[in-house]
Amino acid sequence: MEATVSAVAKLESWLENYTEGERQAPGRALPWLSRLREDAFARFYETGFPTTRDEDWRFTNVSAIARTHFRPAGPAKLTKKDVAPWKLEGAAAQLVFVNGRYAPELSDVKKLPKGVTVASLRAQVEQHPETLEKHLGRYADTQRDAFVALNTAFLGDGAYVHVARGVVVEAPICLLYLSTQEDAPAMTHPRNLIVAEDESQVAVIEDYVSVGGESVAFSNAVTELVAGENANVQHYLIEREHLKAFNVSTLRIQQGRSANVASHSLLLGGGLVRNNVHPVLAGEGGECLINGLFLGTGRQHLDNYMHVEHASPHCGSRQFYNGILDGQAHGVFHGRIVVHKNAQKTDAKQTNRNLLLSDDAQIDTKPQLEIYADDVKCTHGATIGQIEENALFYLQSRGISESEARKLLLMAFAEECVERMHSEVARKHIEGLIRGHLLFMESAPHMPNGKVTERALEEVG
Amino acid sequence: MSLLEIKNLHVNVGGNEILKGIDLTVNAGEVHSIMGPNGSGKSTLAQVLARRDAYHVTEGSITFEGRDLLEMKPEEAACEGVFLAFQYPVEIPGIGNTYFLRSALNAQRKYRGQEEMDAMDFLPMFREKLALLEMDDKLMNRSLNEGFSGGEKKRNEILQMAVLEPRLAILDETDSGLDIDALRIVANGVNSLRSPERAMLVVTHYQRLLNYIVPDFVHVLVDGRIVRSGGKELALELEEKGYGWTEHEQTVGARA
Repeated sequence: MEATVSAVAKLESWLENYTEGERQAPGRALPWLSRLREDAFARFYETGFPTTRDEDWRFTNVSAIARTHFRPAGPAKLTKKDVAPWKLEGAAAQLVFVNGRYAPELSDVKKLPKGVTVASLRAQVEQHPETLEKHLGRYADTQRDAFVALNTAFLGDGAYVHVARGVVVEAPICLLYLSTQEDAPAMTHPRNLIVAEDESQVAVIEDYVSVGGESVAFSNAVTELVAGENANVQHYLIEREHLKAFNVSTLRIQQGRSANVASHSLLLGGGLVRNNVHPVLAGEGGECLINGLFLGTGRQHLDNYMHVEHASPHCGSRQFYNGILDGQAHGVFHGRIVVHKNAQKTDAKQTNRNLLLSDDAQIDTKPQLEIYADDVKCTHGATIGQIEENALFYLQSRGISESEARKLLLMAFAEECVERMHSEVARKHIEGLIRGHLLFMESAPHMPNGKVTERALEEVG
Repeated sequence: MSLLEIKNLHVNVGGNEILKGIDLTVNAGEVHSIMGPNGSGKSTLAQVLARRDAYHVTEGSITFEGRDLLEMKPEEAACEGVFLAFQYPVEIPGIGNTYFLRSALNAQRKYRGQEEMDAMDFLPMFREKLALLEMDDKLMNRSLNEGFSGGEKKRNEILQMAVLEPRLAILDETDSGLDIDALRIVANGVNSLRSPERAMLVVTHYQRLLNYIVPDFVHVLVDGRIVRSGGKELALELEEKGYGWTEHEQTVGARA
């Protein structure tokens, strides 16, 4: 059931949720944390949700989220068997969250090397709050971003990952967020804090999945990732929820001197998805790779909002986003690069390539460069095209069927992004997901109204 | 039964009639050369045979081993044994050469009811063909034709032909832009594939290639029509007198 509320009443329901949530929130006795939540909610209450008049939200209308009466997702019991299909083979650790709550009985954190702490954020707040104060809420911007404010107001559970100085974690740490079917529209606000101290190395995968039947769900995640000097961090986001899901996620990266960070994202599922990536290159010589792939079909709306901030000299950033859109899907790539006054010798590059497979699919791509330094190199480029007829014919002329040739070409296009992923475990996992998804996209009928495709997607998903 | 039989073929590309009534019969074991000036319709003929659908056949017929080739999709024609060595091979980033070639071979084997070839069986055969074309196997780890030189691309076409072993091989200006060493290698590869079961249609602008791949028949295509056919000596005559000679003859013929 979808409950809609009037414009006046809508923020009241959030106030109600907030007041109720605050009573159960962890760390209520910690003044800094209570204050953080309180201020964030006050900010959200003041601004409300963004509209398409807001430049950062020009292509994405979130009124469907704003007008829905969400309640916090309730607890749900899942068995190991329920979770088995979503487990990642080869992970160093897997933390499982069901409806936003940490489920220790489903998680596996035993294989971690010394110097690595992985815990639920709730437990960390309750047991070792002193480890959090320095970073939690220090980077994600509650002032400018209503969704970050909302997440912070409801800050309760999520993952805490800490890698001590010089420690290398070879296999990725996986955070699996499962949402179950609910009777009413349900929301979760996962909050993750990843701290990689100087000279450490780690890869973290956030995987968003729906289990069971479909019901309206809203996941609004915020991850703060702190990479110390010379640290090497890879972050992966996988969105593969069902089509009734709203998914907003914000990755805020704070990079120290010579830190090397990569953000990889794969958007396959979700009806309305907004993927925010906001790295701040705060120390000299930092490198940041922002790499993503989005595959949309039916009526999916997949928005990628990049905000790369060069705040120090001699840093490099590379953005590569590839989109494949079919049916009536709508993709967005908004790549904002801000080069601060002192960030001389910045080398920033941005590329967005898109394939539109149907007449009704749509992409909005927008570069936005704000350069306040005078000795920098910034380039951007975007392409929009179809499957190349020449290439298709070439493959067919060797005996490969048209549908197989299309799949090969789409996979090749996706492969450009996959190849940039360094963790083999993550790369293989993601490659498999893409392959499966393309198979299904290509087998779904290409109907002009996109409806049949959507239904087929729901059946498969 | 002839391997390939083209009758009164008329082809339209983007509203222009390019082929204006072609008749051509090719038997197994024969090598035919189609020569002609730029824009005469040579490549169009090659592309139609490979079943490119942008080329509309408005009249006439093509049968391949007695079957209607015009009813076939490109992949079916390929699986039936038609192979086109492209004038401009396509670069496809992200698809590995070896992977592509094995996929193609297995698609064809599957079509013919043969068992698919696994990597263990494929590789020794593949290495042999690589050696035949004097190709560096490092190239094969790269994406399909990506970053290949012009000569490497052409050699890669003949390599694919050697692996796929077609019944009818169509070489569309495979010699264009090749230096003499590359030309010899390509011709050597092609000649090694000559056999009583296989026919070849060598489309070229220049006579030079025919010194190495000696045809049984030469046809001169001018303005969408075959204006002369003959033995290999016709190619030499053309080399000497130029295409103007046949064009003149055609004008005379038209007046008569």
